[in-house]
Amino acid sequence: MAEPLLKVEGLTRYFDVSKPWLNRVIEREAKQWLTATADVSFEIARGETFALVGESGSGKSTIAKMIVGLLEPSAGRIVFDGQEMDFASGREMRALRKRFQMIFQDPFASLNPRWRVGDIIAEPIRTFGLMSGAEVGREVGRLLEVVGLGAADALKFPHEFSGGQRQRIAIARALSSKPEFIVCDEPTSALDVSVQAQILNLMRDLQDEFGLTYLLISHDLSVVRHMSNRIGVLYLGRLVEIADGRKLFSDPGHPYSRMLLDAVPDLTLSGRRRRQVEGEIPNPIDPPPGCAFHPRCPHAFDRCRAEIPQPKRRGTGEVACFAVEEGKI
Amino acid sequence: MPEPLLSVRDLVVEFPTRRGVLRAIDKVSFDIAEGEVLGMVGESGAGKSITGAAIIGLIEPPGRIAGGEIRLKGERIDSLSPETMRRVRGRRIGMVFQDPLTSLNPLYTVAQQLIETIRTHLDVSDKEARARAVALLDRVGIPAAARRIDDYPHHFSGGMRQRVVIALALCAEPELVIADEPTTALDVSVQAQIIDVLKEICAERGASVMLITHDMGVIAETADRVAVLYAGRLAEIGPVRDVIQAAEHPYTQGLMGSIPTLAQEHDRLVQIPGSMPRLNAIPPGCAFNPRCEQAFERCFRDRPEPLPRGGGRQVACWLYDRAGVAHG
Amino acid sequence: MSKPDTLPPDAPRPRSWLWRAWDSDVAYSFRTSPVAIVAGLVAVIIIVMAALAPFIAPYNPYDPAQLNLMDGFTPPMEPNAFTGNVYWLGTDNQGRDVFSTILYGARISLFVGFSAVLFAMVLGITLGLIAGYRGGWVDSLLMRVADVQLSFPSILIALLIFGVARGFIPPAYRETMAIWVLIVAIGLSDWVQYARVVRGATMVEKGKEYVQAARVIGAHPVKILVRHILPNVMGPVLVIATIGLALAIIAEATLSFLGVGVPPTQPSLGTLIRIGQQYLFSGEWWILLFPSITLLALALAVNLLGDWLRDALNPRLR
Repeated sequence: MAEPLLKVEGLTRYFDVSKPWLNRVIEREAKQWLTATADVSFEIARGETFALVGESGSGKSTIAKMIVGLLEPSAGRIVFDGQEMDFASGREMRALRKRFQMIFQDPFASLNPRWRVGDIIAEPIRTFGLMSGAEVGREVGRLLEVVGLGAADALKFPHEFSGGQRQRIAIARALSSKPEFIVCDEPTSALDVSVQAQILNLMRDLQDEFGLTYLLISHDLSVVRHMSNRIGVLYLGRLVEIADGRKLFSDPGHPYSRMLLDAVPDLTLSGRRRRQVEGEIPNPIDPPPGCAFHPRCPHAFDRCRAEIPQPKRRGTGEVACFAVEEGKI
Repeated sequence: MPEPLLSVRDLVVEFPTRRGVLRAIDKVSFDIAEGEVLGMVGESGAGKSITGAAIIGLIEPPGRIAGGEIRLKGERIDSLSPETMRRVRGRRIGMVFQDPLTSLNPLYTVAQQLIETIRTHLDVSDKEARARAVALLDRVGIPAAARRIDDYPHHFSGGMRQRVVIALALCAEPELVIADEPTTALDVSVQAQIIDVLKEICAERGASVMLITHDMGVIAETADRVAVLYAGRLAEIGPVRDVIQAAEHPYTQGLMGSIPTLAQEHDRLVQIPGSMPRLNAIPPGCAFNPRCEQAFERCFRDRPEPLPRGGGRQVACWLYDRAGVAHG
Repeated sequence: MSKPDTLPPDAPRPRSWLWRAWDSDVAYSFRTSPVAIVAGLVAVIIIVMAALAPFIAPYNPYDPAQLNLMDGFTPPMEPNAFTGNVYWLGTDNQGRDVFSTILYGARISLFVGFSAVLFAMVLGITLGLIAGYRGGWVDSLLMRVADVQLSFPSILIALLIFGVARGFIPPAYRETMAIWVLIVAIGLSDWVQYARVVRGATMVEKGKEYVQAARVIGAHPVKILVRHILPNVMGPVLVIATIGLALAIIAEATLSFLGVGVPPTQPSLGTLIRIGQQYLFSGEWWILLFPSITLLALALAVNLLGDWLRDALNPRLR
């Protein structure tokens, strides 16, 4: 296998969720830590779409933020095209930042309401000093056309556009620094389905045209299935399974993956009786010991309550589950 | 045909603004039979939540019902005094909203809220009301209901809270439950549980449900019939299986094609070009005409009314007008 | 904000900012609010007359050469017993024309008010942006200082600052520096409100995705604060600045009334009221009445404008 574009090793992030210092002293409480992401490792090959799925508290957005340099990891490494991200070195980070970009979930919050669309799209170009003068305007016009809007839209303000059009503007901004790698954090979850289809199709076309690599963050399994080559399933901050796109849906390994698949409403009206999903996601400040999924898992046994399972090879992917490891399921 | 439980005829809801009056709902008609689950789908801004709000008399001023009528068991409820309407709400129509925190008062225990609602609407003793409340909580799947009933809403997780809201909506034994995006704020694995609970418990009690959602999957699993709204107008209504598997309105067809599914692999999704018009820029004729590939001259001139298509289906599209077929 | 080089060459010109301003919701709300229009009119008239005082006022009350003590205590619209001069609003104890003095006084009051608000705004916005964006101990420190200051009445703080500052200024400069000391004193007593509001709004804005988008490309924090966050937190700031202007004018009047403000040779509205109240019981009511009415009208008008602006910018009340 060729050198991956992005390699993440043992990525871990804690958040301090303690009360303010004075309250802690008076109430005699210790500091509290929330483990948003624990020991996550994966690789993304050039030109592929890797998806991270998970529900709330799974740490998927935290991982995305660390990869684009918005958050510093508490432990672990992020290696982009053979170069390790060093948050301390401004110059190196700056060189790396040119090569990746991010598309956000909420197109109503991701565009500064006081800026004209042209300025919004031109911001990365100006910040990196890629072009100057009238060239910038021409480039903005070209990018707007690439994402299916018109050059004249550069003069308008974001509130003049619908949600889908705003997401196109956000995509144009992400493309303006000519990145190789784009992190898409729930890019369509704020959009209506008919518009979602437009954006997903656009993202695919752009991937083919510019040879982009995507990290797709989503809670929607059908979107993930449609878009990705490989998929990582997160539960309470840990990767429980990595599998090829098709494989995960035809033959899920981890009990949590199976449960997630069962929970997706069935549009085909096959009348299949879904297995009832049990329980809810525990509080991440105080996760269950051992495998965090064991209280909801139909296959849990003693070992699951005591030890944390590590990812083990299964076919072309990996699964972190003792029941799978010991051949019980 | 027996009288429907809820009958909405030519409902018009308007919001006056300084740039003119916006028609959020434009002549929408539908019925809900007793014990039936009617799904209401549409994109944001299509008017599905406003339809729900109009039925329970909770349109935010300056919005108002500007035309049509709403009947509950034959009795008009769209022009009742606020006081009378308040009694209809809760007693005869229960509500479940997207965010459980907005339906529960954080300052009172679950028991207080349930018992108060029961005793406001039903003539039972305090003890009886509490017994009913515990039974109901148990039924919606709250473990150790007898103990947890005295907890405050913030003690419950998101999914449990939505169960409490369902119990609250049903405790006065309403005839109709309006559920507005009841699962949107919840995680995927919890969504299915809540939908199941809502569906089962309403079926048990013979309550009809109007389920408002943008999620076709939820509708497919839950509803008996589905109404598709577009730009404040009814595009298509019919039995859920027919509409999902053989949609007739070009908008519904596009909508169904644009949903990625787990079942089959497609390279590109069907996409409807453009987006829904803003309420101040609805084109003349059919509201969908700028995005419709099959639109012809009549679509730009006349607005299509819902046409009966047999089997309880109605489609508001000129493609299915007999006169249109004759020369088309 | 738009520079010509972001516009594609063949694009139509954007609508002018003037048209956008007229068409905006705030402008519409102003046009349809009688209270706002009347208050705006009163405020504009007083401000314009004060600004143009040297051209409008019949006399220059600050010019000792123009003063005649014989004109003292002339009642309004009546000829003076000794000189026969007639003054619209009468004269004060030193023979200064009350109308002219009000215009010049309002000029000083407004200058002090505007400058103090500007000073408080710049200080408060800067500290609020830093506290809200940086968070952590910087935020805790700034906000505790703000809390401590808030627990004292602001007029007391202004008095304290005024007293301390005068102690440091050599007596020769006291007269000329007095007005600047006053501005700093009122400004320093008032920055907390701006800082708190801006800090809160900054904390909200910095979590929004457009700020994250700027951070992803490594935009400099100062640029993010000034170009991204600042324009989006200015709404509430303008509201408190307007109401703050009324309060600053009153604070200046209060300090001048207490005799610690501007020197009596250059009376502001507050100084005039102080002079006037000494003669109220001897029958010379006009020296007190007219400056008071002006102060009241100005403060009320500005305050009503502030109230209107708060409602107009609040989408919930719209």
